[in-house]
Amino acid sequence: MANKIRLATTSLAGCFGCHTSFLDIDERLLKLAEVVEFDRSPLTDIEHCNPCDIGLIEGGVCNSENIHTLREFRKHCKILVAVGACAINGGLPGYRNTIPLEECLGESYLDGIGVENPQIPSDPELPLLLNKVYPIHEVVKIDYSLPGCPPSADVFWKFLTDLIDGREPSLPYELVHYD
Amino acid sequence: MYEHLETAENREHLKRVVVDPVSRVEGHGKVTLLLDEDNNIRQARLHIVEFRGFERFIQGRPYWELPVIVQRLCGICPVSHHLAAAKAIDQLVGVDPENLPVSADKLRRLLHFGQVLQSHALHFFHLSSPDLLFGFESAINKRHIIAVLGEYPDIGMQGVKLRKYGQEVIRMISGKRIHGTGAVAGGMNKALTRAERDYLLEDIDQIIAWAEGSVALIKKVHCSNLPYYDDFATIRSHYLGLTRPDGALELYHGGLRAKNDNGEIIMDQVDYCKYNDYIHEEVRSWTYMKFPYLLSLGKDKGWYRVGPLARVNNCDYIDTPLAEAARREFKAHSGEALVHSTLAFHWARMIEALHCAESINSLLNDPDILGQDLIAQGEKRYEGIGVIEAPRGSLFHHYQVNENDIVTKANLIVSTTSNNMAMNESVRQVAAEYLSGRELTEPLLNNLEVAIRAYDPCLSCATHAVGKMPLQLELIDAEGKLVDKLIKHNDGEIERLDG
Ligand code: SF4
Repeated sequence: MANKIRLATTSLAGCFGCHTSFLDIDERLLKLAEVVEFDRSPLTDIEHCNPCDIGLIEGGVCNSENIHTLREFRKHCKILVAVGACAINGGLPGYRNTIPLEECLGESYLDGIGVENPQIPSDPELPLLLNKVYPIHEVVKIDYSLPGCPPSADVFWKFLTDLIDGREPSLPYELVHYD
Repeated sequence: MYEHLETAENREHLKRVVVDPVSRVEGHGKVTLLLDEDNNIRQARLHIVEFRGFERFIQGRPYWELPVIVQRLCGICPVSHHLAAAKAIDQLVGVDPENLPVSADKLRRLLHFGQVLQSHALHFFHLSSPDLLFGFESAINKRHIIAVLGEYPDIGMQGVKLRKYGQEVIRMISGKRIHGTGAVAGGMNKALTRAERDYLLEDIDQIIAWAEGSVALIKKVHCSNLPYYDDFATIRSHYLGLTRPDGALELYHGGLRAKNDNGEIIMDQVDYCKYNDYIHEEVRSWTYMKFPYLLSLGKDKGWYRVGPLARVNNCDYIDTPLAEAARREFKAHSGEALVHSTLAFHWARMIEALHCAESINSLLNDPDILGQDLIAQGEKRYEGIGVIEAPRGSLFHHYQVNENDIVTKANLIVSTTSNNMAMNESVRQVAAEYLSGRELTEPLLNNLEVAIRAYDPCLSCATHAVGKMPLQLELIDAEGKLVDKLIKHNDGEIERLDG
């Protein structure tokens, strides 16, 4: 167990699709489990990132908690990977960057169809929203990026097996896509 | 029932405990508890802490982008958003559901059955099975799918393959497993080829058998600890969902039916385009997730549950034989009454997974599924509403466009939002019945998460944002001084640090 590669994953402002795509490695999950041990991840109940070999980050940075999580990952992961369009450039949630945040909130909580008791949620329990959604490389250093929305399961597989076998990861042309 | 625990009085004298995040759910939520000095719980809340603002930023986009954009709300049930948006934009091009070409309608249904099958399998096997197989308070280092694959390799692998099959159905129709393209305004963009159909037919008998096995498994788990499974996190509620005009279970298209907590039908076959006359959403200051309710019953009493339990409770029958037999057994278990047990969501979910597998088989064997006539057209309209039964319940998409086909208004009520009040009630039930007055430990806290997990919440849909944070517990007194701190370590050890 001790020699296994430790892998942590997290989702910031993403849709969970990159994680779902990772699970699309299907039966290969079992093979992966032979050489990899999962650390902090939405798939486990480990909530604090321990020293890890690889950290996969889905989603961009949209609030103060995301920054905190991202820094924790950078601190603990030898190799940090931006997974998918959202992590790489903000992705779809980044569409809100051209619109003032108050307008986005107002649309959902003040002027929406059928809204009762209109107000902007403001409790201290809610983390501070950032004015914009940021790509993760604007907050911490990133070692690799896996493009796609989401990257396919084969991309995850090729990338991870390259790393695990000690090769410099490279994706053949047919695996690289941006949709 | 437990509403009195939503907001405590004299909060300044209470200790705060936080569970952050709720793990093994999609998306990000946290639970906060306020306790008095005897550890009696005085307030319990599930907060949704992130926000993405889809309803605003899709304004200004051309309507035909909607199915492709909005599916990025959720990578677990993208097809549901894709299809709800497609149903809405069908109306923008003047095509009502009954005028959709037969083959397009069936292809969309097949796509949707694939989606519900994979999503239900993901939730049951990948996220919840550790609780169900190892116990709610089992060691933390066992609570994940890899441990299930290790100890119950057959069960774990069946889960992986059931999900894989659902994803393959989606890929054959939409080109990709996640965020593909298939539905367009008025129909579908590509026919299913004979080779694709035959590929999917190869494994379907095995898939049906495994889905049947999953129903047997959850029934066994449920019945082996009956009082607990019937009572844990259980609340009485109303139920809402689509059904067919004849009362059959329906996932793709039907009228809205609601039953009250006594099982009486309080509305039926309501045209979902009029949803705003029946359902409104209340905003509360402490969460980004709104609280939908039935207008006729009012803000306080009108909240309801959606999803597999609601659908199986609401329908009169299921039109596939194995799932119908499973439904009858499920109903017999409760003496034909409504099933309010929150953990019965899992059972209902697997009945639906079986229904999906059977329905996929029927559709693949239907000659219409290979049809080439896939697009209809009509007169342009300025408003479109699409509603679908997503894996987690009724999903509402509502759009308005201008003369240039640009979106000017959008309203989304995603499934998990409809379960907001119910999840909060279940959290409060567990807090009041299982945690209150006890010393807090990590396994006890997993109970709160088990309650939430039963709903299969997709918090990434509900908030249009996701993220996860460490689970640590802090008790802070009225002056803000830390009085107790629990940290959950990697190996499952719980450490108590003095404040
Ligand atoms: S890149 Fe695409 S699939 Fe991944 S989180 Fe973002 S929207 Fe979802």
